[in-house]
Amino acid sequence: MSERRTIEIATLARVEGEGALHLTVEGDRVIDLRLEIYEPPRFFEAFLRGRAASELADLVARICGICPVAYQMSTLHAVESIFQITLHPSVRALRRLYYCGEWIESHLLHMYFLAAPDYLGLDDGIAVARSHPGEVERGLRLRKLGNRIISLLGGRPVNPVGACIGGFSRTPTRAELGELAEQIVRARGEAEAALRFFASLPVPSRPQAIELVSLRHPSEYPMNEGRIVSSTGLDIEAAEFATAFSEHQVPHSTALHCRRMDGGRYLVGPLARLLQNSDRLSPAALAARESVAARLSSPDPYASVFARAIEVIYAFDEALRVIRAFEPPPAPAAEFTPRAGVGHGATEAPRGLLYVRVETDDRGYVSAIRIVPPTAQNQDCIEADLRELAPGVLALPHEEARRACEMAIRNYDPCISCSTHFLTLEIERRSPA
Amino acid sequence: MSGSALGEPRRLRLAVHKFASCDGCQLQILNLEDDLLWLSRRIEIAHFPEASSRSLEGPYDLALVEGSITTPRDAERIRRVREQTRTLITIGACATAGGIQALRNWADVEEWKRQVYPEPRWLEVLPTSTPISAHVRVDDEIHGCPVSKEQVLRVLARALLGTTPDLPGHSVCLECKRQGNVCVVVARGLPCMGPVTKAGCGALCPHLGRDCYGCFGPCDDPNPEALADHFQELGVEPADLVHRFRGITGNHPAFRRVGDRKGEGR
Repeated sequence: MSERRTIEIATLARVEGEGALHLTVEGDRVIDLRLEIYEPPRFFEAFLRGRAASELADLVARICGICPVAYQMSTLHAVESIFQITLHPSVRALRRLYYCGEWIESHLLHMYFLAAPDYLGLDDGIAVARSHPGEVERGLRLRKLGNRIISLLGGRPVNPVGACIGGFSRTPTRAELGELAEQIVRARGEAEAALRFFASLPVPSRPQAIELVSLRHPSEYPMNEGRIVSSTGLDIEAAEFATAFSEHQVPHSTALHCRRMDGGRYLVGPLARLLQNSDRLSPAALAARESVAARLSSPDPYASVFARAIEVIYAFDEALRVIRAFEPPPAPAAEFTPRAGVGHGATEAPRGLLYVRVETDDRGYVSAIRIVPPTAQNQDCIEADLRELAPGVLALPHEEARRACEMAIRNYDPCISCSTHFLTLEIERRSPA
Repeated sequence: MSGSALGEPRRLRLAVHKFASCDGCQLQILNLEDDLLWLSRRIEIAHFPEASSRSLEGPYDLALVEGSITTPRDAERIRRVREQTRTLITIGACATAGGIQALRNWADVEEWKRQVYPEPRWLEVLPTSTPISAHVRVDDEIHGCPVSKEQVLRVLARALLGTTPDLPGHSVCLECKRQGNVCVVVARGLPCMGPVTKAGCGALCPHLGRDCYGCFGPCDDPNPEALADHFQELGVEPADLVHRFRGITGNHPAFRRVGDRKGEGR
């Protein structure tokens, strides 16, 4: 049999960013597999040099329209460690509230608009809205609350403007927070209904052995603080990131791949976070986790959608807890004096660990900055999943093969704009020599 | 514009395209939560890869274009987009001014490639980041980083009515005054870009007690030179003064002029 065929998927849809997938197959053997990311590089790490540290929160927000809070948080924490700023406990709590908003907004965007169409065999969230009207409207209502949380602290959900070194530009009033709490209380039960909806869908399963990496905090479900830990025993400070992980460039991608020092791949994101921190969940989120426990008994990228739904429940609980315990801080932001130094920030973006290293001069201008987004860390996992999946989908009709590959990629909710968008799937079938 | 006098009007065919950007402006379309579902009954989303696996062939009645042109491949692609489109509207600071990535226009992009990537030769990028209007005819622009979703809705509603968009061209100051905010320039001496920046955000920054940083780009007939002189009088450091104008929309001619004059050789 001397068959040579090319299957091409013009665009990988419902991911954030531009990319392509090339598969070369000989017989039923995968010869070459490349997740090509051709998202044009924007060179943040180059043009941020020479800018004042006080400008960073506004500038790094532009890395990603879907998770700007994450970039702001990792970067601000790095800068605050250089300037030796200790956040007021109330400000620290508001930072957590801010992050809850982004987890809610980003996770629900993924669940209803990017992932749900896969399980229903539909093209998009609009089509899901027609086939399951109540469900998508629920998703939109919940998501809007996430956006509202971010807007209360940051003015707007995309590229919010409120976060600054030492805290926020303005402290929300008790009345504003009270109103938000009321809205959360009213909507709160719907978050569990969202998990039930996804649990009722035919989500595939493909458990695998993979090292999980996330933050771990002594008492909280990790967001802004904690040590970087892994399922194989890694336990380091953010400042030690470079001792355990290294970035590599591959010719076919404008996003660097981040690996363990030994070259091994690892998983970051909601699933890694949840599996390593279930004991830090709120009671309701823990109960929700129990309801889908069978899907979370071992790492399975397809179960990420359940991890997101559980984290949405947690984020609503945590937002309410923060609001109810809120005492206004003496000032919206701590005072600071710029100084020279090196700072590290590691926080949990919706898509996983986001590491930032900042170096400043004695006037507080950035002399160097390194940003390692979650998708850069998950790229090797995505490629490995596809390599494993590929032989099984080759026999499928083109549309089904594409859908299967895209689903495997979407498990990671890859944010390619961050790392560096749409996917073109090309399967080249070569006859065995 | 479309549809018969009596029957159900034909749905407007919409395409959303992305170039170098953060996806935030496209996200603002999805952020139209309350209007998204009724809009989808009046507008056919024919091509919107971030939101849908379905992509219908052109031509399109309306295209919303996000992002700037930074690669030879994108410089080609925007021409094909233009050929397929009746009305092309750019959304956001990247598409209208080149975006934050246009900071490369003052730098040596080869050095930047070496700075960020171990193998710079694998990257094919242009030395500049330029707005869509530098490459093809643009019918209208929605400013902002990100665009305001209300403005996007207004433009879509106008497109459905077949009339021309009427977005405001005045400065943030007017929005700020209407809200009753205390002026952060006058009261606190902050280098607020509101006086020369296009309205549309709702004066978010001064409302939060901080200075506007110009993410909607220059308003109509701005006087950024005078504002820059005032910032100097306020004691803004020379480097910070240049950065004030050389930011998110720094490549827009009105801001570029000031940044270059104050920067001289920087």
